[in-house]
Amino acid sequence: MRKIGVFVCHCGINIAGTVDVKAVVDLLKDYPGVAYIQDYKYMCSDPGQNLIKTKIKELNLDGVVVAACSPTLHEATFRGASESVGLNPYRTEIANIREQCSWVHHDKAAATAKAQLIIKAAIEKVKLDEELQPVKVPITRRAMVIGGGIAGIQAALSIANSGYEVVLVERQSSIGGHMAQLSETFPTLDCSQCILTPKMVEVAQHHKIKLLAYATVEDVSGFVGNFKVKIKQKARYVDWDKCTGCGICMEKCPVKVPSEFDEELANRKAIYTPFPQAVPNKPVLDSAHCTYFKTGKCQICKKLCPFDAIDYTQTDTFIEEDVGAIVVATGYELYSLKSLPEYGGGKIVDVIDGLTFERILSASGPYGGIVRRPSDGQVPREVVFIKCVGSRDPENHFPYCSKVCCMYTTKHAMLYKHRVPEGQAYVFYMDVRADGKGYEEFYQRAATEDQVVYLRGKVAKLYRENGKVVVTGIDTLSNRMIEIKADLVVLASAIRPAAGITELAKLLKIGIDQNGFLTEAHPKLRPVESLTAGVYLAGCAQAPRDIPDAVAQAAGAAAMVTTLFARDYLYHEPIIAGVNTDLCSGCGICVGVCPYAARSLNRSKGVVEVNEILCEGCGACVAACPSGAAQQKNLTDEQIHQMIKAILT
Amino acid sequence: MTKPKVAFYWCASCGGCEEAVVDLAENILPVIAAVEIVLWPVALDFKRQDIEDLPDGAILASFINGAIRTTEQEEMVQLLRCKSQIVIAFGSCAQLGGIPGLANLSTRETLLKTAYLTAPSVVNPEQVLPAQRTIVDGKELELPELQSEVRALDQVIAVDYYVPGCAPPPDLVQQALTALLENKLPPKGTVLAPQKALCETCPRKDTKPDILKIGAIKRVAEAPIPTDKCFLAEGFICLGPATRGGCGERCIRANMPCEGCFGPIEGVTDQGAKFLGALSSLIDSTDEQEIETILKTVLDPAGKFYMFSLPRSLGVRFLDKSE
Repeated sequence: MRKIGVFVCHCGINIAGTVDVKAVVDLLKDYPGVAYIQDYKYMCSDPGQNLIKTKIKELNLDGVVVAACSPTLHEATFRGASESVGLNPYRTEIANIREQCSWVHHDKAAATAKAQLIIKAAIEKVKLDEELQPVKVPITRRAMVIGGGIAGIQAALSIANSGYEVVLVERQSSIGGHMAQLSETFPTLDCSQCILTPKMVEVAQHHKIKLLAYATVEDVSGFVGNFKVKIKQKARYVDWDKCTGCGICMEKCPVKVPSEFDEELANRKAIYTPFPQAVPNKPVLDSAHCTYFKTGKCQICKKLCPFDAIDYTQTDTFIEEDVGAIVVATGYELYSLKSLPEYGGGKIVDVIDGLTFERILSASGPYGGIVRRPSDGQVPREVVFIKCVGSRDPENHFPYCSKVCCMYTTKHAMLYKHRVPEGQAYVFYMDVRADGKGYEEFYQRAATEDQVVYLRGKVAKLYRENGKVVVTGIDTLSNRMIEIKADLVVLASAIRPAAGITELAKLLKIGIDQNGFLTEAHPKLRPVESLTAGVYLAGCAQAPRDIPDAVAQAAGAAAMVTTLFARDYLYHEPIIAGVNTDLCSGCGICVGVCPYAARSLNRSKGVVEVNEILCEGCGACVAACPSGAAQQKNLTDEQIHQMIKAILT
Repeated sequence: MTKPKVAFYWCASCGGCEEAVVDLAENILPVIAAVEIVLWPVALDFKRQDIEDLPDGAILASFINGAIRTTEQEEMVQLLRCKSQIVIAFGSCAQLGGIPGLANLSTRETLLKTAYLTAPSVVNPEQVLPAQRTIVDGKELELPELQSEVRALDQVIAVDYYVPGCAPPPDLVQQALTALLENKLPPKGTVLAPQKALCETCPRKDTKPDILKIGAIKRVAEAPIPTDKCFLAEGFICLGPATRGGCGERCIRANMPCEGCFGPIEGVTDQGAKFLGALSSLIDSTDEQEIETILKTVLDPAGKFYMFSLPRSLGVRFLDKSE
């Protein structure tokens, strides 16, 4: 028989107002196992805690029940008090007689009777509570960042500058992401590349960062502090150890391929870097378009390379990296115009998306920064910008706001006016959301100084006519039909998570929301964590956001990583579900039920094993186990039966 | 030296458990040689009076099969309990209530009406129902009363050991007899069979996928039965994971899924509920509606999940309260 101390809190009148605390104490003083019972006005106060500590020592108590408020409030407090005097904290239990009793009842007699039953149940639980120790595992203090856009770059640099190694994995042959494509950035209009490239170079030169460009994540196993990631290094057909990036191959390659970086407004070669400031600034060979790969002839690049770096025999290789934490910063892509038939479905050449217009505006872009339209290279005199294309359109596309469009459209219209002062810019909008620092001023400047015409309404129709794009819609403020014969139409199409995010999320066992973005652990309080411990989120992979927000979130994710790395060991709550190997038949039913992939079937031993660090103690396996072999520690079937019995008898 | 006395008795059962004893074949001979059988209605002509005449505790062990349904069965097992040092619940019906236990899904009145009045094969123009006392030709006849529910043996008398199975396989019977005669019985209350579920020894366990999920539930009567695959993985309800092993996987080897006759695993009270928990965890959907649709394809859930254990389910009584 255990020697249990029961401490009943009045919580001022919160409990004592409805529960007759003295009567409860009197009713339970002879209950089997109760060695001491005492009430006190505020058990969580210092004198209250001291009472518990003193009695544990004095009476050599081996179990404690504190009848008070919800365990979410003070379980840690009271377990800490017990631990400080040498009682295993997991032998201290809370009987919640406030939220689950006094606060929800008026009838004092009934509430008193119920409080007594709640305490009895807790006493029965403590009787069978085991002494538990936190689960402890070492941490690999090395991080992986997936995605080398601005968010990934920031996360990698922040972690590396804290002194930890970082493996940065980028799918493209260069880091930089979409930010490298932008001309200027709102609201300051500073050149995107000018602020980005120094950071890219810093990544390349950082001795703590291992950059794996042109590589993808293929498999992830392990758990927080101890991930094993399998990475595919795609065949580059260029030996980057030999290549100096001199560029002769790119210059002489005879094959022209529409440039993805330039949104197909210009061409690249079959052997190429996406843009001149690429990091690493070394080319890859696009075997799908290479003449040699298609016909077996050409080899111009190989013949001309002064360093003999071209290697047509290269194949995909696989690398394994051990890391303790992973930051997912896979970014976004724009919703394809092909999915927007109401805006021409991508078939009208002079109807383009925002990133294409960025390339048109860019001084290093296909038109050298002169605003021309793609169809005939003419400078457009009337340009229509349409916002919320695919966004905020739950009936046809997506319900969410893409967040950045309001400001980049403002920027687009403004930059257009700066380049073509005599031209006219129209913006069709539902709302102007200018919630960032300096954003409202930026918008006002566009509307007043740059005389951008803002039309509140949705576009009804859009079609090609005589070399123009006719845009019709209603200005809901003046209630007039509007028809504009535009030279160019720029669509602020919805921000979508980058392709492959679903597969990656599966590998990482992290959640995806209804719109396809990664799910954070808590929308307010844990915005940079995923629900899988050790996996953090940054940038547009989690939700549409602009550069400052992406950078801030990436720095936040990096801070979470370094917080994790600041410890030698990882400690984990021991209230987890174990396996009684005497009873487990290895049926494996629990394996698929575990949402944390903590369980696996060991076929040679014929039993299921639990990775204690991964187990969150949700109990799904306990409910699923048909043989009673899966039992939650300190919440076993036997304990629950005893608790029910105490309440019913 | 006198030989130890042993009794065999049957209650609500099919007779299969008697067969199980005979199934020992020539191995039964040393048993018979070693003991004195004092009661075995199926084989030997003893009377109730013979048992009543024995002093209390005179019988070393009584092997009782069948569930308890009638007043006569209750009286007999109480008598045997009184006269025996050890009572062994023999077979599924004695251990768990067994298939007769499914009668608990109906009221006694419904049962009698169906069996004696409305069943298509019944001819009973005078509408006579069995009654405890009947006057025939001026003489009163007495019949045992059909009780309101079927009970497992340990719901009527204290039971010391259990030999599970419908019917118990010869090797377990042999082991139980040997342990008894050599005085090597484990602590009282033990089920004389392995602790773990059938999956442990299932010949098909290696075909089980790493992650078991069921998209559609199939019935053996309607779908082709795989001859070498884990039944559950193929969508056939197999109670193996929730059922104690030791049966020799007889059904599996005959290409039928486990029906659960060996009862729950050590420590589990309610076999059907445990299996139901497992099955609902296996359904490959997160959509409540879809899960319900899939689970509704189990046509007879009580019969399927509690084929052998309804009377021992967690206090669930399906009986009409008015009775």
